[in-house]
Amino acid sequence: MGLDKNIIDRWHSCEILLFGGSAGSFKLLFNIVKLLPATLNKAVIIVMHRKRNFVSEVEKLFAQNSRMSLHEIDDKDKIKQGTIYIAPANYHVLFEASGNFALDVSDAVWYSKPSIDITFESAAEAYGDKCMAILLSGANQDGAEGLLKLRNAGSLTIVQHPDDAEMPEMPTQALNLNAADYVLRTSEILELLETD
Amino acid sequence: MAGELSMSGFSQSLATEQVTELIDLVKKVHGFDFSDYSKASLKRRLSRIMMVKKLSFYDLKHALLNSPDFFQDFLEEITVNVTEMFRDPSFYKALNTQVVPYLSTYQHIKMWSAGCSSGEEVYSLAILMEQAGLKDKSFIYGTDVNTVVLKEARVGIYSYRNIKSYAENYQMAGMKGTLTDHFTTLYDAATIHSELKANTLFSVHNLISDTVFNEFQLISCRNVFIYFETQLQDKILDLFYKSLCPHGFLCLGSKETIRSETFKKKFKAINLKENIYQKIGS
Repeated sequence: MGLDKNIIDRWHSCEILLFGGSAGSFKLLFNIVKLLPATLNKAVIIVMHRKRNFVSEVEKLFAQNSRMSLHEIDDKDKIKQGTIYIAPANYHVLFEASGNFALDVSDAVWYSKPSIDITFESAAEAYGDKCMAILLSGANQDGAEGLLKLRNAGSLTIVQHPDDAEMPEMPTQALNLNAADYVLRTSEILELLETD
Repeated sequence: MAGELSMSGFSQSLATEQVTELIDLVKKVHGFDFSDYSKASLKRRLSRIMMVKKLSFYDLKHALLNSPDFFQDFLEEITVNVTEMFRDPSFYKALNTQVVPYLSTYQHIKMWSAGCSSGEEVYSLAILMEQAGLKDKSFIYGTDVNTVVLKEARVGIYSYRNIKSYAENYQMAGMKGTLTDHFTTLYDAATIHSELKANTLFSVHNLISDTVFNEFQLISCRNVFIYFETQLQDKILDLFYKSLCPHGFLCLGSKETIRSETFKKKFKAINLKENIYQKIGS
């Protein structure tokens, strides 16, 4: 209803769809994974903060409910359309110009590994305006700088409305940096991703 | 430690051509070849050095050309030295149940931790072998390109705070007692017990330019391949293949796999999740 034509056009044309989320983002990410169609002609990359050594049920839960193929990233994996990629715990995810992922174990950024900033910045350099990125709920400031980098590189950048985020800090930080093209309510994010 | 580096990479972004220029310069002047390093990580590390040292691109080139001491610093920054004791507890568990019984049949067990950084993995392996009752017949080599971290590894003193933070790994790996049992603590300094140090040796080895130096029953090279392009990974797989005894084991990081078809035929996967392989043929 409220979505303008520009955002829908950009959604249709983007090749790389990025999500950054921390505390309070799991439920929405789960719903997003569930609704994305099997035929989506984009590579979807999810960077979600999680506990080190936490033997994660996230992939299993996501994979069981996803219509797209879903995969936790291994080093040098080729980035393919129609696949959802999850950043592994305890690694940063980077994009190579050759179209592969590269992993990195260097220091945590904002106490986070994977760091949303690092992946977003790398996507900005490798893919520029081919990206669309959505930053969701979280209790720290990871992702804000990276989102700004994406915006400056011509990507479409979206932030979840802080009032809808369980933890508004992360979206708020991005808004403070003026990193967002759009601030969307949770319902609008879902509506956009369901638009054919 | 984590927070202060948070702006890394954001201050200055290097162009791809500038990265290539730096690679060429380092190769010519210092003989270190970074050309087959994964570009995305390398670019990040280079930007980080410029930020930490407050150098412009031209300052960095100048320092690399004219200040011999700077290169050691540079090397330290560019190679990632993040490691833990018992990193990936499930790996150590798999090693214990799937590999150690096999190793125990050898007269002597020589292990190589390639890219050992400050030695945490070497001492983790030493503890594992001790608990398996194989300490007396095992010997562990740790190698790295970085002489500064090797010095730390030889000394074997870690911050007590760090050691305590690895205690969870230790527990999850199913080891007996607690990790701190293997250390003597004084204030914040935790020193690894000397009997664990006895059968270890740390030395400089460059995986890119150095060759076979011994024959091993097990080689562990975890979270090193992620920094290399696949063709360089293949070159190093060849070095590992030649350095392993028949049926010797190769351990890669939990997100690293053998990509090359040639080497997929030369190594049999023992545990695909933990990326533990065994050499086939001779």
